[in-house]
Amino acid sequence: MKEKLRIKNISLTMTIVLFLVMFIFGSVRYEHFFSLSTFLNLFNDNAYLMIAGIGITFVLITGGIDISISSTIAFTGVFMAYSLQRGIPSYVVIPMALIIGIVVGAVQGSLIHYFRLQPFIVTLAGQFLMRGLCVVISEASIPITDPFFKFMALGRIQIKLGDSKALNGKIYYYVLIFVAVLLIGLYVLKKTPFGRAVYAIGGSEQSAELMGLNVARTKIGAYIISSFCASLAGVVFSFYTLAGYGLQNMGMELDAISSAVIGGTLLTGGVGSVFGTAVGAMIQGIIQTIVTYENLNTWWTKVTIAGLLCFFIVVQRIIAVRAEAMKGKELAAA
Amino acid sequence: MSGQTKLLTMEGISKTFGKAVIALNNVQFELEAGEIHALLGENGAGKSTLIKVLTGVEERDEGEILLEGKKIHPKSTNEAQQVGISTVYQEVNLCPNLSVAENIYIGRAPKTKMGAIDWAAMSRDAKELLKKFDLHLDVSKRLDNYSVAIQQMVAIARASDIQAKVLILDEPTSSLSKVEVDKLFEIMRRLKAEGMGIIFVTHFLDQVYEVTDRITVLRNGTYVGTYKTAELPRMELVSKMIGKDYAVLNQSLKEGQVEKEGTKTGDELISMKGVSHQGSITGMDLSIAKGEVLGLSGLLGSGRSETARVLFGIDQVNSGELYINGEKVHLKHPIDAIRKDLAFCPENRKTEGIIGDLSIRDNMALALQAKKGLFKKISKKEAQRIADEYIEKLEIKTPDADQLIKNLSGGNQQKVILARWLATNPQLLMLDEPTRGIDIGTKAEIQKIVIDLAAQGMAVLFISSELDEELRCCRRIVVLKDMEKAGEVVGDNISEGAVMQIMAGGEK
Amino acid sequence: MKNKQYKITQNQAFWPVIIFLTIILFNTVMTRGEFLSISIVDGHFYGRIIDIFRNGGKLMILAAGMTMVLATGGTDISVGSVMAISGAIACSIIRGNLLPGLGGSVAAAIIFAVCAGILCGLWNGFLVAQIKIQPIVATMILLVAGRGIAQLITSGKIITINSDAYYFINGGYILGLPFPLYIVLFLVGILLLFVHRTSFGLFLESIGCNSLASKFAGIKVNRYLLAIYTISGAFASVAGLIESAGIKGADCNNAGLNIELDAILAVAIGGTNLMGGRFSIFASVIGALIVQSITTTVLALGVPAAYIRVLKALLIIVICLSQSGKFKVLFGRKLESKKKEAVVL
Repeated sequence: MKEKLRIKNISLTMTIVLFLVMFIFGSVRYEHFFSLSTFLNLFNDNAYLMIAGIGITFVLITGGIDISISSTIAFTGVFMAYSLQRGIPSYVVIPMALIIGIVVGAVQGSLIHYFRLQPFIVTLAGQFLMRGLCVVISEASIPITDPFFKFMALGRIQIKLGDSKALNGKIYYYVLIFVAVLLIGLYVLKKTPFGRAVYAIGGSEQSAELMGLNVARTKIGAYIISSFCASLAGVVFSFYTLAGYGLQNMGMELDAISSAVIGGTLLTGGVGSVFGTAVGAMIQGIIQTIVTYENLNTWWTKVTIAGLLCFFIVVQRIIAVRAEAMKGKELAAA
Repeated sequence: MSGQTKLLTMEGISKTFGKAVIALNNVQFELEAGEIHALLGENGAGKSTLIKVLTGVEERDEGEILLEGKKIHPKSTNEAQQVGISTVYQEVNLCPNLSVAENIYIGRAPKTKMGAIDWAAMSRDAKELLKKFDLHLDVSKRLDNYSVAIQQMVAIARASDIQAKVLILDEPTSSLSKVEVDKLFEIMRRLKAEGMGIIFVTHFLDQVYEVTDRITVLRNGTYVGTYKTAELPRMELVSKMIGKDYAVLNQSLKEGQVEKEGTKTGDELISMKGVSHQGSITGMDLSIAKGEVLGLSGLLGSGRSETARVLFGIDQVNSGELYINGEKVHLKHPIDAIRKDLAFCPENRKTEGIIGDLSIRDNMALALQAKKGLFKKISKKEAQRIADEYIEKLEIKTPDADQLIKNLSGGNQQKVILARWLATNPQLLMLDEPTRGIDIGTKAEIQKIVIDLAAQGMAVLFISSELDEELRCCRRIVVLKDMEKAGEVVGDNISEGAVMQIMAGGEK
Repeated sequence: MKNKQYKITQNQAFWPVIIFLTIILFNTVMTRGEFLSISIVDGHFYGRIIDIFRNGGKLMILAAGMTMVLATGGTDISVGSVMAISGAIACSIIRGNLLPGLGGSVAAAIIFAVCAGILCGLWNGFLVAQIKIQPIVATMILLVAGRGIAQLITSGKIITINSDAYYFINGGYILGLPFPLYIVLFLVGILLLFVHRTSFGLFLESIGCNSLASKFAGIKVNRYLLAIYTISGAFASVAGLIESAGIKGADCNNAGLNIELDAILAVAIGGTNLMGGRFSIFASVIGALIVQSITTTVLALGVPAAYIRVLKALLIIVICLSQSGKFKVLFGRKLESKKKEAVVL
């Protein structure tokens, strides 16, 4: 198994090292940076991104792309806030929001698979459609006052590793949702026929088809997972902000894609892991934290992340090209 | 035989593509259990379409398929597999990013009690299975770490391990060496003894006579007949496949031969000195003279296409020197080669040759336009003239030059690509498998064109996996093996045996 | 005669023109002719039609650039951000916030803004052609980061400027017609000339259909990809100038926001296959007019702006479906060619 994950491993190792370097950099540069709470806040503040990133990783591994997720998150938020405002109870609203995610994914996936439309066009249209629908429901931000949402927003677990203040921190309940998604994601990709078919399609769709795998189900399934995770991320994001707002998270798909790529997923498909994506999202979280500590314009976060994404894609290309050359040499030597 | 149920019966199968192309017309086929049955025919005879219909890749227009007496109608490879029809294709159809073990077991992996994929059991089973094939691989390594031949063996291992009643081998041997082919035959015989029915598609007649029990021949999409292998002489088989009397064919070939003998070769045009490209060719020395048809022979992956790629600037020279007309050149892109009057018809017509959605006229003008550059646009009138000229000269069957090239048959597409290059008036024409997937008539036409061009002073580099074709067209054949030049046969010494001997490593 | 008729309906721009005329006719009927009326004030033409042409200027320019990108099977969703960067640079220079040495020269501002657009396009082209990143991701990087860069240029503020020369770009008139129309005629004219008088068009179609085969036929694919993304970037910067001249300042949050969808829609309406291949810039320009007139019409009918975006998104999917060979097969339309090939690949 070691050899198989070569490219990913290099990338993932690099990512983890980068994370540590940035964390150490922050700790040296700023007072109070080095603490358990800074670390845990990466999860508290980015749980929704990590969940969405894990979802999109499935699509990316199949070699596709989904740029509708930020709109799905926003739409889920607006939909829930609006419904709650109308007095519909949260135990109805949340499942409905998740079903919307599943439906969006199923429609997009079917258009892509059955009609051979390009993923980017379909999900771009999906993006605009969902954003438009947000504004159709409400142009203004709708606050959420539902007790369950409030409970999830505020409920947290204190973690105390020692007496020093740096060793104290807290984790909000909704982070547990992320942990569950991560574990399920790991299991599905590694241990289920569906998960392996996702990789197979990314390696060669034609081969997957000829090997008798159910390409339609797998591909559409990947898009459903992506949209479902996005709507789940929308739920978590609503816990986090206690509001639904149609212009929220513009351009977040880039963050999600960056998380995946920084975590070792190849945009060409066939290689990737949800664990890597989670680490990738944490890198973005730490950039955000440093930008805040530096008191810089928040746009620096976006610019830095975009730069980092470019850097990682270039590195992946170089590794791939070198691997190809190495293979050639080995064959030549044999 | 009539008493027992046939394993597989196909009756009255018809299939048309688009409006005009009739791929199969009322074809029948039958297969017994415990039989190896060769499906033969020239390229374009309908073999692959028949197989695609059987495996659910293509929907049939008419006809019936019975498996063990039951009607089946597979709509996908998956469905075909589930009823017991398993296929190995000429090109490896596995996933390079997955491990060897997974490639064998994906879709039917062993599971633990909890329902999760049991990776340990999968590795164990894979190792066990591959042992039967004398393959001792690290099954946890990614498939793309291994050579094409090994990948093909893995594909065969996968197909044979699926609970298949019918195993289809669609030209599986083209990338295998003699030893590997023997190994494959051994496995085929074993599977046959176990009661499996095997459909074997190949264009190596030796292999047909070595391993098969019966032969079914198709020609131009129609059923010619089914024969016992032992009772059908080779000559007769060939004439059934090509639909002409063998003597007539032989005669026309001999005429070609005469012309070939008559050609005189001129000055040296191309000289490769110790040229290497990492991973494809090493230390290649090659010289091509004007007016010469040089054959390049060797197994798939031996470096024949790769040599042409380097010569055409697709792959760069890593070390060594390349001279054209005595001038040292560095080709960084095909356009550099085109400007030096080189031309190249690539092997994969569909992916590397035709521009499907453009007209015949645009397809023909493309290379000449690229050669002339962006700003010297070929006028529509001029392009039309070129198109008309070559449609006539090469006898391309099309109503007019406005037709999209994707609507033409394979042979006509190939002629358009040929025209594309002839329009640039090249000094060296490189043809990589120019007759693959082309009907016999067109095949002979193209061979004739090649010989004629050489007679007019053009140098031709002719690459083909069909040895007799090379023997027919070339005065000199360079044989490659393992990315290196292994030997050369010239003039009177040219024979199938001589080439094969070098390929097999007899001479170094 | 019959032959000629055949040719007109076969032209890619035929249906877009018909649709455009239908929309105008519809509006004319709805407004009892008022829609078509053009008044002359101070020697300038005014009227709804003129407005469509003026307001559609940006979109026509973007659609022209986008057509070529889509023809190669790519996409450029960064155009809106490039517009923001271009506006930000131009306004900052005119205000003297950026490069004060230039003394707020409008000409210098325009030159620098366009150069920035070219740089953005080169960057996109570099990522797509050299690094081989999928176009959607490559341009998404600039879509997100570009707006950030624009914000950094203006320090996150909305810049307003006071320059009649700059206002002229959007609000000026020559011979009674709005100036943006001349910009469109100039840019699209040059582009059409370039595409049709050189072999550029043929090469692009060839690349869009099969880039590998194009390379093997001697076309420097990477160079042309770089060129079209650069043209798209440059055109976007011009559109950005028009927009910022229109609002008399630079608003990095909203400049060119979501316009990429309109541009792609315009190309799709123009009949260019979004999968790459045959294209028509002229048809896309008409497509842009259609998008603009739909917007105008729908707004005039009193439909809220938010619905328009939903409508456009649905429209794109419908057009794509109508282009999809698979769709035709599934819904029993006449098969024109062997679509199965596309399916197998």
